Amino acid sequence: MQRKLLFSILPFTAMNILFAQKSVPPTNKQKSIENGKTIYLQRCLACHQADGGGVPHLNAPLDGATAVVADDKGKLIRIVLKGMSERVEIDGEYYGNNMASHADLKDQQIADVLTYIRNSWTNKASAVSVAEVKAIRAKIK
Amino acid sequence: MMFSFVTTANANVSDSLKLASPGKVVADADNAGLKLPNGFGALKVAEGVGSARHLTVTSQGDIYIKLGRVNKGVGNLRLIDSDGDGKADKTIGFGNYGGTGIAIKNGYLYASSDEEVFRYKLNEKNEVINPESPEKIITGLISRREHESKSIVLDNNGYIYVNIGAFSNSCQEVDRAKGSMGRMPCPVLDSAGGIWRFKADKLNQTYGDGKRYATGLRNVVGLDWNQQLNQLFVMQHGRDQLHDIFPDLYDVNANAELPAETMYALKDGSNAGWPYVYYDPAQKKKILAPEYGGDGKKEGGKDAIDPVMAFPAHLAPDGLLFYTGNMFPERYKNGAFIAFHGSWNRAPLPQEGYYVAFVPFENGKPTGKWEIFANGFSGQEVVTSTRGAAHRPCGLAQGPDGSLYVSDDSKGTIYRIIYNGK
Repeated sequence: MQRKLLFSILPFTAMNILFAQKSVPPTNKQKSIENGKTIYLQRCLACHQADGGGVPHLNAPLDGATAVVADDKGKLIRIVLKGMSERVEIDGEYYGNNMASHADLKDQQIADVLTYIRNSWTNKASAVSVAEVKAIRAKIK
Repeated sequence: MMFSFVTTANANVSDSLKLASPGKVVADADNAGLKLPNGFGALKVAEGVGSARHLTVTSQGDIYIKLGRVNKGVGNLRLIDSDGDGKADKTIGFGNYGGTGIAIKNGYLYASSDEEVFRYKLNEKNEVINPESPEKIITGLISRREHESKSIVLDNNGYIYVNIGAFSNSCQEVDRAKGSMGRMPCPVLDSAGGIWRFKADKLNQTYGDGKRYATGLRNVVGLDWNQQLNQLFVMQHGRDQLHDIFPDLYDVNANAELPAETMYALKDGSNAGWPYVYYDPAQKKKILAPEYGGDGKKEGGKDAIDPVMAFPAHLAPDGLLFYTGNMFPERYKNGAFIAFHGSWNRAPLPQEGYYVAFVPFENGKPTGKWEIFANGFSGQEVVTSTRGAAHRPCGLAQGPDGSLYVSDDSKGTIYRIIYNGK
């Protein structure tokens, strides 16, 4: 178990040295994913399901969703802060249930849970930083 | 695949074929993947027809299906089995709107979108005469994303009953928000969260022309007119997310088992209690909702009716049918079949449902517990995520020979369940 963990951390450490100029160091990203999973289980799992698959017609999927892995993270951060109650097409499908705002989460928690969903199941995308969440929150207020 | 998608309106061909080679309906070798009681078999009438919501079968054996979303340009289908082998071999599509409700009464086919109800005149063979020019009988019904589908059923006195689902989970100030309290009185109930009654033959009716027949129903998808009692029966989808909204009062296990999905026998003016109460199947009581000061024990809803029967939480009853046919054994006669679409709000526990249940009835009252009648739609032993279910039962209909038809709105499979035991 411990060996496995070591192997999974090693590549990130190597990448950290190679791409030191990146704003979010990969070791932090791994930690963020782990913390984000805890928040996901508490806040997101019921509707978006354990596999990020959502519920057809009711709750939007996160796994493989364009908006979740998009380079522009603003939309995603906004949804967590403001909730979602509009009838909008998401990757060719409509979803019925409202999503409540999760603005009570700290910037770090939102960064962690979004980093988690952007790097779980089949998703692979860059981390979301505290600064990015802070910037969007300031715009909304 | 036996099913071919042919769009033609040549009814004469199908009739001559029907006479020339009367086929025999036999179950598929694997019973269409379903687990059924002894003596029953099942076949797939059609596959991949689209999001098949409710359906109805004519006295000639044609199947009318309401699609949730327009598929290949049409929202209504008529499936025809020309050679009588039980497999649909011709499909006629019409109507450019998605929806849920579909029913035949007194020479008309009724079909609903999420805002309106239309009707089409039928000829003596129950074929739609003018598929592109239906009469709009109801319009302007509220559709605000949540619980938008409009199920319909007709009585024997010229009325049509339409479910208008609540555009809310539990009438909180902020829908589905943790700790948000309930609005008092709940304003949703003015225009939704109940069953509305309209004339079956009057054009362009809206709220002012209809009557709120029953209230306090969060969302009804499955409903049927019980011919023995001459009474409306409905299946309510109980509220979601007790744990997410009030984690200090309900843990994830309590959330998975609360509240019950409920069957009600309605009368003019009935109130089933949503959003102020929910039904606890273990305590067998109407419990005050936490949004309105409840703690999981306090009772409420003195003026609200009790359910005829309670079912496990979150299973999503989307179809209800009282069986009046002669094909099935005697104990099924006048009993209720219920299509459970399957749950999502039991996570992190495994999901449940995805089957057709049966409740034996005598003289309009249940005579025993509910039981699983047809299972295996999901194609999985355990469903851990809703999207993993291969098929999801939605609508129920009875054929002229007493066959039971089940629609699947996930993959668009139409099942026919027959009895061949002795």
